[in-house]
Amino acid sequence: MSEFPTHKYDVLVVGAGGAGLRAAIEASACGVSVGLVCKSLLGKAHTVMAEGGIAAALATTDDRDDWKVHFADTMRGGQYLNHWRMVELHAKEAPQCVRELEGWGALFDRTADGRILQRHFGGHKYPRLAHVGDRTGLEMIRTLQDHGVHRGIQVHMECTVVTLLTEADRVIGALAYDRDTGRFRLFSARAVVLATGGVGRAYRITSNSWEYTGDGHSLAYHAGAELIDMEFVQFHPTGMVWPPGVRGILVTESVRGEGGVLRNARGERFMFKDIPQLYRDQTAATEEEGWKYTQGDRNSRRPPELLTRDHVARCIVREIKEGRGTPHGGVWLDISWIKEKLADSAAHIQRKLPSMYHQFKQLADIDITKEPMEVGPTTHYIMGGIRVDPETQMSAVRGLFAAGECAAGLHGANRLGGNSLSDLLVFGKRGGQYAAAFAKEHSDGEVSSKQVDESVRGALRLFEAGTASDEESPYRIQSDLQDLMHDLVGIVRTEAELVRAIDEIGRLRARAGRVRVRGHREYNPAWHTALDLSHLLTASESIARAARERRESRGAHFRDDYPANDPASGAVNLVVRKSEDGSMQIRRLSVPEMPEELKRIIKESV
Amino acid sequence: MPKATFLIWRGDRQAGAFHEHTTEVSEGMVVLDALHQIQAEQANDLAVRWNCKAGKCGSCSAEINGTPRLMCMARMSDLPKDAPITVEPMRAFPPVRDLVSDVSWNFEVKKRIKPFKPRPPDAEDGSWRMAQVDVDRVQEFRKCIECFLCQDVCHVLREHRFHDRFVGPRFLVHVAALEMHPLDTEDRAEEVAKAGGLGYCNITKCCTHVCPENIKITDNAIIPLKERAVDRLYDPIAKALRVLGGRGATRAKT
Repeated sequence: MSEFPTHKYDVLVVGAGGAGLRAAIEASACGVSVGLVCKSLLGKAHTVMAEGGIAAALATTDDRDDWKVHFADTMRGGQYLNHWRMVELHAKEAPQCVRELEGWGALFDRTADGRILQRHFGGHKYPRLAHVGDRTGLEMIRTLQDHGVHRGIQVHMECTVVTLLTEADRVIGALAYDRDTGRFRLFSARAVVLATGGVGRAYRITSNSWEYTGDGHSLAYHAGAELIDMEFVQFHPTGMVWPPGVRGILVTESVRGEGGVLRNARGERFMFKDIPQLYRDQTAATEEEGWKYTQGDRNSRRPPELLTRDHVARCIVREIKEGRGTPHGGVWLDISWIKEKLADSAAHIQRKLPSMYHQFKQLADIDITKEPMEVGPTTHYIMGGIRVDPETQMSAVRGLFAAGECAAGLHGANRLGGNSLSDLLVFGKRGGQYAAAFAKEHSDGEVSSKQVDESVRGALRLFEAGTASDEESPYRIQSDLQDLMHDLVGIVRTEAELVRAIDEIGRLRARAGRVRVRGHREYNPAWHTALDLSHLLTASESIARAARERRESRGAHFRDDYPANDPASGAVNLVVRKSEDGSMQIRRLSVPEMPEELKRIIKESV
Repeated sequence: MPKATFLIWRGDRQAGAFHEHTTEVSEGMVVLDALHQIQAEQANDLAVRWNCKAGKCGSCSAEINGTPRLMCMARMSDLPKDAPITVEPMRAFPPVRDLVSDVSWNFEVKKRIKPFKPRPPDAEDGSWRMAQVDVDRVQEFRKCIECFLCQDVCHVLREHRFHDRFVGPRFLVHVAALEMHPLDTEDRAEEVAKAGGLGYCNITKCCTHVCPENIKITDNAIIPLKERAVDRLYDPIAKALRVLGGRGATRAKT
């Protein structure tokens, strides 16, 4: 085996967003040695982009809230495909996790009596999101980062994992490379926590950065873990659409939470036209009632703009498709109208939505206190991910844990806004805790030199000269994949398109085999893109295959050829696994049966 | 479509030079978009550090026409069109490759600053009560995205290379955020004055001018810290009281 710098940790955490940091902190608190690797610099992960807030039933702003309501809201939002136990743990443990953050220095916005202020968000019955203006994610990641660096965690920044190393059915480490030198690094670990985030780069229009290439999904899949709910990709209803360079950048749901409304080119509040049965009793009857709700009136119901993201995104797509879109192919999102209601509306908007104000002013020359924003759906999040045990976050591979976006089960068919940040805290903590426990009970593994050498050879092969005539550029293939996923596996799907997509992904994989990279190994983005591409293709294929298999419409998955819910499909999750022959297999798995007591909570919450 | 010409610094830890690249410019484009286009079409291995592309993560710091800026927030339409646009890495830090510089020193500095230490919770559930008005000024500091542009522009680091004795504006903001945090009970006055090199700052406000988050670094963070340090370390009456009453006795969180 070639010699590489080698590090030995009890627990290796891959990814340093909210989930990874929280897992590392917890594992370290359990008294084991912890290594943390992240693709970027510390504090730059996608958590930083989260704007609206952390969902937790603290009941500081509305005392009617409690974990039961949060539980029922999350199950309903996920159209009952969620794993009930994860939803229960999440709803019960989120408040304590938020208070814990405050104890580590986070400064949330306050209520008049000095407690944590909570705001309204789509699908949450009561104001539930602890927030800091519209930069909650930054507050959260910085708090975890600043707390974590004093906990003896060894951080390897700009370090990317290429392969998980296994021994029989157990994970025992990882092979990674340093971005700056392009040299490999070997990690030996008794337990590994994946916290790698999502797959947004599989799509043309996305709020995700270059990092989100499904690494954790793909690493786990190839190590023998199962993926679940991969057909459910969240398209956030409001991304920027103009100018072209900023297309896809997120416009926080808080704009709607603070009273912003959606209108089509004709000026109609089109969201009032289509309110799903599941939410009819919870939705405002008039525009006035909706406004009152956003201003904290306890007797009003939510405006239809605050319905779940899947539904709002589809309504926007319908308006655009039917010719009622704005000049650049979006719809209007207007917060400036509140000047009719509030005397100091401009100052109010700047205080409540400072980064949105800044973003539009600087990137689009739009003053959101005076004019509406042009918005359209953007790929934002994947509900699907590594299938884990709800208590411990361990996957089917022993010693391999997953938390945050790359894990699945909490969100079902659609994630509610604000539930991702709480997910990171609750399950990051659990993942870290149980990974530490696993590490204490197991000895080190024996790294196989064959596995390491193969992986190194695969990564370096990209530098070997090919025949110039059929050489491929990694950027080109990634861009073709993004177009393909967007056009064929997007918000609205059909059988024929999905079949074509699966076929085309196979062709792209063949082309990816001909990718050649020029230059050196030091900070070479072409090489990194080529390595990430293989993860992206695996994740994309699993999305397309699961989407084809689910022949109904539910949550974020909408089939034009099967537009209705199908009760039989609604009783199963789809599980993706690599078979013996290396092909991708899908099986149906019954949704876990909920205890009667929890069923009752859901019934009573309507 | 109109075109723009760039002079991009390309090189490694040892040496480098400006290379000329021309690319098409579309509406609303920012410098980072143009560099990605050049990367995809002409220079596949051009090293650029970036993440969110929305001014929220602070990864894509560089010097554009000599000014430290975020490349994702620098609009092409705001740059002069009559001359090539120069783009180079932050010069206060060692170069790694092309536009990427080695900012790891910043992460080491932060580790040396005493962490947050809250007073005991006010309520049984482990929570605290704080007024928004007390939180406001610390929230300003906590807007910092750690782009290190303030470090890059600061002459103490950039020209004098006093990285071994001055923590730089970013970490003075960090210390100010901790010191003014309504719950914090730690004392960092001596630490920031001595090991932190607070005195090296001669309040030229260069850092404030380049801050993409518009944090009033000098006025709201550094000057109050200097005043606090003077009060704590050089005021004879306060010093006497402190000796009599113990360390925390005279220290009010103002």
